[in-house]
Amino acid sequence: MEYINIVFLEVYKILFLLVPVLVSVAMIVWLDRRVWAFVQKRQGPNVVGPFGLLQSLADALKYIFKEIIIPSTSNKVIFILAPIVTMTLALISWAVIPFSATLVLADINVGILYLFAVSSLGVYGIIMGGWASNSKYPFLGAIRSAAQMVSYEVSIGVIIINVLLCVGSLNLNDIVEAQQNLWFIIPLFPMFVIFFISALAETNRPPFDLPEAEAELVAGYQTEYSGMMYAMFWLGEYANILLMCAMGAILFLGGWMSPIEVYPFTLVPGAIWLILKILLLFILFALVKAIVPRYRYDQLMRLGWKVFLPLSLTWVVLTSSYLFYFNLLPTN
Amino acid sequence: MKLSRFLKTIFMTDFVGGLVIAIKEVFKSKKTINYPFEKGKISPRFRGEHALRRYPNGEERCIACKLCEAVCPAQAITIESAERADGSRKTTRYDIDMMKCIYCGLCEESCPVDAIVQGPNFEFSTETREELYYTKDKLLDNGDRWENVLAANIKADNPHR
Repeated sequence: MEYINIVFLEVYKILFLLVPVLVSVAMIVWLDRRVWAFVQKRQGPNVVGPFGLLQSLADALKYIFKEIIIPSTSNKVIFILAPIVTMTLALISWAVIPFSATLVLADINVGILYLFAVSSLGVYGIIMGGWASNSKYPFLGAIRSAAQMVSYEVSIGVIIINVLLCVGSLNLNDIVEAQQNLWFIIPLFPMFVIFFISALAETNRPPFDLPEAEAELVAGYQTEYSGMMYAMFWLGEYANILLMCAMGAILFLGGWMSPIEVYPFTLVPGAIWLILKILLLFILFALVKAIVPRYRYDQLMRLGWKVFLPLSLTWVVLTSSYLFYFNLLPTN
Repeated sequence: MKLSRFLKTIFMTDFVGGLVIAIKEVFKSKKTINYPFEKGKISPRFRGEHALRRYPNGEERCIACKLCEAVCPAQAITIESAERADGSRKTTRYDIDMMKCIYCGLCEESCPVDAIVQGPNFEFSTETREELYYTKDKLLDNGDRWENVLAANIKADNPHR
């Protein structure tokens, strides 16, 4: 009996996290389309519900009732598994995101490593989908995506090392609390810029949306997918984007901490501040989508390996020498 | 690489400039309209759905001269005519295949009595093909329904013809 109670409590806690995440993913798709439209002086989705807020629900309903087509030459098991893997991996990483000092599902001491590992695994869903489709466009899209995500993961890893040098802990709550006096965006501003651009590449957002470049690859690895399986890819993609925004907010923008530690601001709960910071970063994501043209593939690789990697490595040396010289290295 | 170009690249001035423009555009007025609820302005010359007009006394204008049938480049119009009891020549059949029609407006231009006209209505999509084979009754009905607008449009466009 005791055992069942514990299981139910855990399931309740997981649902309490996942349902808001899924709802906000739906909202964020609406926000993305709306911001994109506004930059182009269009209206964007504004018919379904107030301001078109329920547009994503209408889309989801459409996807649910569409037929799922499985190509006859595909590897069926992997084909069906791929969107499930993508979505699951995008959702399980939310377990370690701290919404306040205590409001976190799994307060593990290697939170940032877990986050990094799970977001690296995300590429498997795409490769599996591209390979199992047994079709040329998904295959090319998957290969591009794999190369791109692996390249940019390297620089994201090095950027995380920069932050960890200043914190001295891998726990996400410790990282947030280390920014009590000064958000890391100020001393590590170039790293924040590189993190942001790498996050764009990591989540296949424009200008790095080569895996699904519709002009050359139809829809990339999603070409053969339809109905709910396509919707799951799409949910996973946006959940990943949201996660990258959350990571940026935690690493550089002080996570759940209020920007100014004075009376009216401290009353607002930490979760609200984190959500506001995620939204700010996401709006930046959406604005970038509206203004930039797509990179050529060799330019993308050049930027990743020849610019971002040396730059972030140099910054690691600079940060560690500065901390060492002024004896500021964290001790715990 | 020149120094100025290098500085421009590492500080991403073009990117930031683009971002500023994008943010400015967000607050400008929208150029699109909410179509089913708002509609754009239509010129009096607009070539939409066809209509056959009548004289104010209720007599149909068409004299079955078949100029429109002859001029129609898509051969969408089919006319049959007969002499009526009062000795006037009138159509017994006036069909337009709206799927063949290319909406060029030549029928309207060739008509000596302003009988066949193209009105401002462009929302006449149907669920079946059959509904788009317009008959004389349908066209006359259109003419009765849109007469005020059609007359005003012909008057507005008259000086330019």
